[in-house]
Amino acid sequence: MARYFTDEHEWIDVEGDTATVGITDYAQEQLGDIVFVETPEVGSMVDKGGDAAVVESVKAASDVYAPITGEVVEGNAALEEDPALVNTSPEEDGWFFKMTIGDKDELEGLMDAKAYEAFVASL
Amino acid sequence: MLPLDAWHRKMGGRMVEFAGYQMPIQYAGEHGGIVAEHNWTRTHAGLFDVSHMGQLLISGEGAAAALEALLPIDLSTLELGMQRYSLLLNEEGGVLDDLMVSRWPNEFYLVVNGATKWEDIAHLREHLPDDVTLNHLEDRALLALQGPEAFVALDRHATGKFPLSSLVFMKFGHFEIDGVGMSISRSGYTGEDGFEISLPAKDAEKIATLLCNEPEVQPIGLGARDSLRLEAGLPLYGHDLDTETDPVSARLLFGLAKSRRETGGWMGHATCAKMLDEGSPTKRVGLKVDGRMPAREGALVFSGDEQIGRVTSGGFSPTLGYPIAMAYVASDYAKKDTQLQIEVRNKRLDATVTPMPFVPNNYYRGD
Repeated sequence: MARYFTDEHEWIDVEGDTATVGITDYAQEQLGDIVFVETPEVGSMVDKGGDAAVVESVKAASDVYAPITGEVVEGNAALEEDPALVNTSPEEDGWFFKMTIGDKDELEGLMDAKAYEAFVASL
Repeated sequence: MLPLDAWHRKMGGRMVEFAGYQMPIQYAGEHGGIVAEHNWTRTHAGLFDVSHMGQLLISGEGAAAALEALLPIDLSTLELGMQRYSLLLNEEGGVLDDLMVSRWPNEFYLVVNGATKWEDIAHLREHLPDDVTLNHLEDRALLALQGPEAFVALDRHATGKFPLSSLVFMKFGHFEIDGVGMSISRSGYTGEDGFEISLPAKDAEKIATLLCNEPEVQPIGLGARDSLRLEAGLPLYGHDLDTETDPVSARLLFGLAKSRRETGGWMGHATCAKMLDEGSPTKRVGLKVDGRMPAREGALVFSGDEQIGRVTSGGFSPTLGYPIAMAYVASDYAKKDTQLQIEVRNKRLDATVTPMPFVPNNYYRGD
């Protein structure tokens, strides 16, 4: 399994033909207390860099973008009851949605863990 | 730069731009974060730096009459030691700002919003007669200590001619802490018991540190200040109030002195009198939103297919555990328990008109 990162602070785990998407620990720290997550509908198509989900903190609503193009196959139902999972376990239990991989080439423009770490350090 | 800028950074404040200043939105650490700071203030005591707000002194022979020409306030009943909420209105009755007015021994002390203070000062200078002096107290800081334990923490330090316990809600007096003279009023913007402390800017860091060393007290940022005031049903200028709104639509009748509603003689009276007489076409209401998705400023409010209003402030209530909002709606829909819908990202959320405050006030009005 390979994990990639975007400069919008999403992570994407690739496993075979599907991928799991969430936001990074850095992102949840910036957003603060998460009170609501709107995951995309199953069956909907998302485009690389396009709106996919919305995360609401006490302060504001923020868009979460699709790291790659594909079809949404599952939203994380656990976030409905417990949106704070995004704060407590952003890169594990607090995942947002699973999707198909429309074009594997799109993964190549993303960062690996080391590159993302350096990116965050530069902010 | 505000007097406590470096102090906030030292305390772990995450600084953001607000009203032209750098201010902490929240703090880092065990008690930091908007929800933790919010809950701490509701259960203990939170220290807020509100030094961005404008502190003004109005003095001179005709100061009272001059202020009464601009504010719908009755200063004849505002005795020494009392503070009162009022509104700065334009000729059309639109709200330029909301503010606090206190009578000091030889002058009036005003606290106005930070984001509007320069326009307020310009407006006051333009309309006050030449023999009335406006003094902008830029060398003073303003702290707010808010929460059910605010009294206990402050009472350990504040000394004065009268005990701190003699202050009830909306009263103020002169006190000293560690040799620093300050004006303390029993008031605030959270719905909790608490105090607002005006003191020399040069002593602000010492006093803020001293208060935060009390076990009851944590520093609180702007984020929780906003969620606390929303739960308390208190409007925020620039969001729930602006020149397009008037005191009657905003349901701030307590800001219009009863004795002066008919007689007038204050700027904006004609519009307010007409609204009082005929009723305002829209009203500010509280809305309880179903589910967990917050409805925020700008969201449109519907009754069936008809758009009847707009959200002016909204968010998730940490105390209640559900989203709440303030909105202006057509007056036919302002009755308690009216069922409405709010459009958020092409979805309709069910919402119910709810009396404010959303969370009961906890003001100290005496034993």
